[in-house]
Amino acid sequence: MPPRVEILVDGQRVLVHEGTPLVVALFDAGVRGYRTSVSGEPRAPICGMGICFECRVTVDGTSQRRSCLLPCVAGMIVETAAGGRDREG
Amino acid sequence: MRDNGDAPSAAMECDVAVVGGGPAGIAAATRAAEHGARVIVLDQGLAPGGQIWRHHDPRHLPRAARRWMERCERSGARWLSEAAVVDGATERGLAVVRRDAAFRVYPRAVVIATGARELFLPFPGWTLPNVMGMGGAQALIKGGADVSGRRVVVAGSGPLVLPVAAAMARGGATLVAVAEQAPLRSVAGFATALWAHPSKLAQAAHYRGAFARRSYHCGTWVLRADGDGRVQQVTLTDGRGRRRVEACDLLCCSFGLVPNTELATLLGCTVVDGTVRTDSVQRTSVPNVFCAGEPTGVGGEQAALVEGEIAGLAASGHEDAARAVSLQRARDDWKRFSTRLASAFHPREELLTLADGDTIVCRCEDVRYHRLNAAWSVRQAKMYTRIGMGPCQGAVCGAACQVLFGWERGTVRPPLGAPRVEAWMETSAQERPSSATA
Amino acid sequence: MMRAGHPDVVVVGAGVVGAACALALAREHQRVLIVDADFPGGGSTGVAMGHIVVMDDSEAQLALTAYSRSLWSEMAGELPPDCEDERRGTLWLATTDEELRAAGQKQAVYARHGVAASVVDAAALADMEPHLRPGLAGALHVPDDSVLYPPAAARYFVERACSLGAEVLERCTVEEIGDGTVSLATSGGSLDTVTAGAVVNAAGIDAPRLTPGLPIIPRKGHLVITERYPGMCSSQLVELGYLHSAHTMEGESVAFNVQPRATGQLLIGSSRELVGRDRRINHRLLAAMLQRAIGFLPSLARCATVRAWTGFRPATPDKLPLIGRWDGDGGERLWIAAGHEGLGITMALGTAELLVSQMLGTSAPVDPAPFAPGRVMPGTTCCTEH
Repeated sequence: MPPRVEILVDGQRVLVHEGTPLVVALFDAGVRGYRTSVSGEPRAPICGMGICFECRVTVDGTSQRRSCLLPCVAGMIVETAAGGRDREG
Repeated sequence: MRDNGDAPSAAMECDVAVVGGGPAGIAAATRAAEHGARVIVLDQGLAPGGQIWRHHDPRHLPRAARRWMERCERSGARWLSEAAVVDGATERGLAVVRRDAAFRVYPRAVVIATGARELFLPFPGWTLPNVMGMGGAQALIKGGADVSGRRVVVAGSGPLVLPVAAAMARGGATLVAVAEQAPLRSVAGFATALWAHPSKLAQAAHYRGAFARRSYHCGTWVLRADGDGRVQQVTLTDGRGRRRVEACDLLCCSFGLVPNTELATLLGCTVVDGTVRTDSVQRTSVPNVFCAGEPTGVGGEQAALVEGEIAGLAASGHEDAARAVSLQRARDDWKRFSTRLASAFHPREELLTLADGDTIVCRCEDVRYHRLNAAWSVRQAKMYTRIGMGPCQGAVCGAACQVLFGWERGTVRPPLGAPRVEAWMETSAQERPSSATA
Repeated sequence: MMRAGHPDVVVVGAGVVGAACALALAREHQRVLIVDADFPGGGSTGVAMGHIVVMDDSEAQLALTAYSRSLWSEMAGELPPDCEDERRGTLWLATTDEELRAAGQKQAVYARHGVAASVVDAAALADMEPHLRPGLAGALHVPDDSVLYPPAAARYFVERACSLGAEVLERCTVEEIGDGTVSLATSGGSLDTVTAGAVVNAAGIDAPRLTPGLPIIPRKGHLVITERYPGMCSSQLVELGYLHSAHTMEGESVAFNVQPRATGQLLIGSSRELVGRDRRINHRLLAAMLQRAIGFLPSLARCATVRAWTGFRPATPDKLPLIGRWDGDGGERLWIAAGHEGLGITMALGTAELLVSQMLGTSAPVDPAPFAPGRVMPGTTCCTEH
């Protein structure tokens, strides 16, 4: 397995295997609202393959990045819609 | 074939460009390269495999997949991961955006192996976080996601129900319910037909075994999902007045597969009833453009492999080999299987009326069901409500509206995949290299 | 059903201009039949930029755009939300001091016509629009210009007209306009003829097909829409050089023109070329257009582009629309409301009032002479369609 690296998700440190799809890291980190829809709903991915655009988050300052098409790299800074977390604590 | 991370030069020439890195693309690239063609694979994914061969640990791959991938690596085909084709025209090649680079590829022939995506049908609560497609859930698991302790409902239609339920069970999730919307007689009929395909039958039994303790209900579907900020409960029905409310925190729900025909349409290929028309050697209506796998008709992994082989051979100029009886017969066989598949798991009537007025149909633009008029044309609906005009360009809602209202898919306009202005511009401005081949 | 009966007026074309005319006629108690080959707003209107803007290429253009803009303003309260009507204002950008001086002269011309405008210097401009590149000289600010989603407006006008008794035939092609008649293609292949008191040809780029001799040709443009970036800009941003691009009838050109939509998306234009009806994206021209846009608004480079498309502006040789009676072979009963180039949205309401005043013999709100359909055009050789 590739080495573990640290990324930041909404200010929290998360350890992931390098190269893991970012959407997987966010799922495991319990992210619920990846983005906010036009009418204010929290949204999360449905397709996992770059089709639905619901997994969009801000990565290293650039918005509208589909997290299912990005590999995790050390030091990545991710900002989501921060609509709560699964598996709190 | 593993992407060596090279930043490509501004414009690249090759004999065969293969778009898509699943079984069809891998088979096409392998065969073409083995026959001496210069092959470039342009795959949007992070690593080879597409959807069905997605993996985070190669040991989890089925043996056949591993063998194909190793053979592709040995073939000399050049593999570019995270490479999205955003635009293309036969005389202008393909415009590609990859990480921070943007470049054009000028192939003599193109093999479109862009696979399929899930069919989503809107129902109340389907936009809640942690409601996703079965394929989407499978992509997460195959990408290494940890589902242990999650309470999961797997509901929907078709060949994904069993493998996704099995994967959830193996991953330590609690399967709260597993539901197939098709009636028992259709599923049983399909299962009988599987006798003709022993490998498929064994596969199905294997999946079923993985969650044997949980029941698998046919003729059952999701009515609604509810929760505060994410799914917390799901209501299922059998259409005969019985309803079940199950607490859960993950709902995997989708209704079969829809071919990804956007690139084919953009390149001018004839697409009828949502599938790309091809001849016996996978040639489309556009010269030097071939298509293999799900876009020619959803048929699964085996069909994709055979079509990929045929397309790779034909695209690299080996049409005789592409016409080999063994390949042609295998392809026809698997295509027949796909027709049986489609009819067995056809979405039932009730699924078309799950949405209530408030249910969102277009997720990109938040267009709700009550705003849509079935009497409109698809273009009219787009103009009046902006349905399908968001970044997904109707990939999700368009397929749903085709089922709900009979609306044909709208036109495909570039760019595909919402590239950044500067990236797309860079591809538009590049010219073909001056060392033009005859 | 008016199709069987005898309407007072048949309006051919339910784009924003035809729809506005139909509504104005219906408000004057005329029995109106609207016919469109597809659906209201489905032609050039549907792919247009939706900028309601006062422009002063000529006195006549200034008069009609100013008048029409005031009508849009009066209508603002009744337009439904999907029209997304917003008073964004326009900033005409000056890249040099010379251009800024020209902006000052423009401001004086506008003031004479009661159109509020002010010159803003470089510092004030940077304050208003921080994403613009540094080094611009300033701008002419026209605060009362607005933006709109055009197909929703066309749809609304038709619905309102119908609530006043008009009827609309969608997906119905007009094959021929005769003297007070229109011939409609039927699904069986035959022609239905409707007889009316008058016919209005508001068919945009298709107007010359129905009324041969109309000096209207399609002038193609490109538009690109981005993902949502709220706060990237507040006003519609147009370079003063746009006027040169719009003014010249020959060849191809690009000019910076960006609109913030209510959704937060950015609509990027503009380009002009004369290539007949070829809808395909001209990649070279599109790249030039985007390059120019980035030159003014560098942040655009990192914006995600959702879609690009083309559309056709119905253009006339003197840049003014044709509004009034047609004195050609159509007899007494044929009227024209077409040829608005890039100002169809802006001029729709004013066109409707001007047309209706002529049809009903009431006093015209602006001088109709410059818009007379039969007027002599400069360089008549460029009137024929490619």
